[in-house]
Amino acid sequence: MSQADLFTTDGAKARVDHMLIAEMVEAGSRVLDVGCGDGELLRLLSEKRGVDGRGVELQRDKVNACVARGLSVIQGDADRDLDNYPDQAFDYAILSLTIQATRKPQTVLENLLRIGKRAIVSFPNFGHWRVRSSLAFGGRMPVNDNLPDLWYLTPNAHLCTIRDFADLCERIDAKVERAVAFSDYGRPLPIKWSLSMQNLFGEKAVFLLRSSSS
Amino acid sequence: MSAAPPDVIASVARQHSEVHTPSSQVVHFDASAPLRLACQQDLAPFSIAYETYGELNADKSNAILICHALTADQYVASRHPITGKPGWWANIIGPGKPIDTDRFFIICTNVLGGCMGSTGPASINPKTGEPYGLQFPIITIGDMVEGQARLMDHLGIDQLFAVVGGSMGGMQVLEWASRFKDRVFAAVPIATAAWHSSQNIAFHEVGRQAVMADPDWAGGNYHAEGKVPRNGLAVARMAAHITYLSEDALHRKFGRALQDRSSLTFSFNADFQVESYLRHQGSTFVDRFDANSYLYITRALDYFDLREGRDGVLANAFRGTQTRFCIVSFTSDWLYPTRESRRIVQALNAVAANVSFVEIESDKGHDAFLLEEPTFHATVKGFLNAAALKRGLPPATETTA
Repeated sequence: MSQADLFTTDGAKARVDHMLIAEMVEAGSRVLDVGCGDGELLRLLSEKRGVDGRGVELQRDKVNACVARGLSVIQGDADRDLDNYPDQAFDYAILSLTIQATRKPQTVLENLLRIGKRAIVSFPNFGHWRVRSSLAFGGRMPVNDNLPDLWYLTPNAHLCTIRDFADLCERIDAKVERAVAFSDYGRPLPIKWSLSMQNLFGEKAVFLLRSSSS
Repeated sequence: MSAAPPDVIASVARQHSEVHTPSSQVVHFDASAPLRLACQQDLAPFSIAYETYGELNADKSNAILICHALTADQYVASRHPITGKPGWWANIIGPGKPIDTDRFFIICTNVLGGCMGSTGPASINPKTGEPYGLQFPIITIGDMVEGQARLMDHLGIDQLFAVVGGSMGGMQVLEWASRFKDRVFAAVPIATAAWHSSQNIAFHEVGRQAVMADPDWAGGNYHAEGKVPRNGLAVARMAAHITYLSEDALHRKFGRALQDRSSLTFSFNADFQVESYLRHQGSTFVDRFDANSYLYITRALDYFDLREGRDGVLANAFRGTQTRFCIVSFTSDWLYPTRESRRIVQALNAVAANVSFVEIESDKGHDAFLLEEPTFHATVKGFLNAAALKRGLPPATETTA
C-alpha cells in the first residue's frame, strides 16, 4: 500500500491493524465490524474499499458518535447479540482488538464464522516478549501501549497468545487463510518466521479465517 | 361540571371548527375511493389534513413524512391553531435543523381518527348528518398508514425519502416500512415498540374508563347533546401524562414542593405542585382534543402488533427490506423501554437489514423525544445526512452542515 493510503480523508493516520484489515477486505463487500468503537475502521473501509459496512458497539457514547457521523452502527453486545444475525449475512465479520474483552470468545468466534463468509480477528498478543518479561522479571501483569489498563481496570477478560488463538481456530475447525503479526513499531513481521518467533515478537496479530464447512 | 365558562365554550367551538375546516391543507377522498379498514368496513368519503414545510424537489425524492404521537397533530413545526403554541417538534424541524426544511420536503398528516381535520369520530357521518361518535369504525395503525399512503399518491410521491416518528408515530414508521417496503428509503422509529405491551394497554384502559365514566360523555353522543366529558378526558390525560415522564424528571421539576402555600391544607386541594401541574395538563388537553378521538386512537395503539399475520415472528415483517433504519430509545423511558427497541433491532438483524440503533442517555422519560436532547438531535441529523448521500440528494450547504 502506498503512503497516501495510510491516511483517511481528514488526515488522520489509520491504525496499522486497520490498514492490514482494509487490505484483506475485498472492495465493495458487506462487512460487519463487531466492537467497532468510534467507527474508524468502518470509515476507512467505506472510504478506501467502498464496503457496505455495519457496526456493533457496546459503549453508548461511541455508538451515538458513529451514527451521528452517518455510520450504520447498533448499540449491542458481541456476547449476546450476534445470535440474531442470519448465516452468511456478510462477506466479512470483523473483530478488531475486541475478542479479549468478550465473555465467551469461542462462541463469539463461532458466530463470526457463521455470520461472515470470512472472519477477520485482530488481538493483542499476550505472548509478546515484553509481556513475558513483565511477568517473568517484574512479577506483574503487563501495562504498556498495547495493554494500557491496570489489571483491575481492564475490560480484557480473556487474553491469549498467538499460539493460543491458533489452537482455538483449530479446535473450532476454522481455516486460517492468513495470519500476520506486527512488531512493536507496527511493522508486519517476516512471513517466513516461525509461529514461535511471531508469538515472541508480535505485539498484535491479525487472522483471516474461514469456516471449514463453508 | 355544570354550565361551562365562556372560555371553555370558545375553545370547544374552536376545536369543533378545526375538525370540520382545519387551518391546514386538507385532501378529501370522495365516496368513489373508499378506504378498506382492518375491521373490514369501508370508510368513505374521508379527509386527510396535513401541513408541509420546505420544497418538494423535481424528482420528488426529498419528501420526509413525520408521523405524530397519540395526542399530537399535523402542526409539527407551525403554530397550533387552538393553543397558539409552537409546533410540537419545532425544535428539530426547520431551516438548518436536524430535519432540515432547506433540504427536505416535510409532510405531517393528522392521523385518521384524529380531531384536527382528518376524518375521525367527531366528523360528520354522511349517512346520518350527525357526528359519527361511536358509529365511527375502529381504526388501526395500519389504517392510519393507508390513509397517509393515499395522501402520498395524491401528492405524486412514490417513495418517501424518510418516515420519522416517535411513540405512536414510531409505530406508523414501522408499519410503513413493513407494509410499503419500496416506498420508504429510510425509517426512524423513535421511543416505540413493535407491539403494544400489556402494561400499556392497561394504562389506556384506565384512560378510556375515565372518559366513559364521565356522565357528560353521554354514551359517546356528547356532541349531539352539547356536552363535553371534560373531567373524564382530563383524568385520562393526567394518568397518561405520568407515563410520559420519569420519576427523576418529576422529582427534579416538583419534588414535594407545595403550590402557592406554605403549609398543608388538610384537604383534597392541589397542595402539591405536581397535582396542580397535572390538573393544568388535563384541563388544557381538553381544550384541544376530542374525547372520542382519544378512545379510538388509544384503541389503535392497543391493537398494534407487527407480528400479527406473520406467524408471530416480527422479523417476517421486514423480510426483504432495503430500507435504512435508525432506531432510537431513551434510557429513562418506561412506557416504551429500550428492550422494546432492541426487539425491533434484533428482528432487523435477523433479516440482515441496514440498521443503526442508539440508546440516548436521558432522565426525561418517554417525552425526551420531544425535548431538547442534543445527542438525539445529532443522531437524527447524522443519520439523515448519510441516508441523503446514499439517496443521491445534494449535500447540506455550509450554513446548515
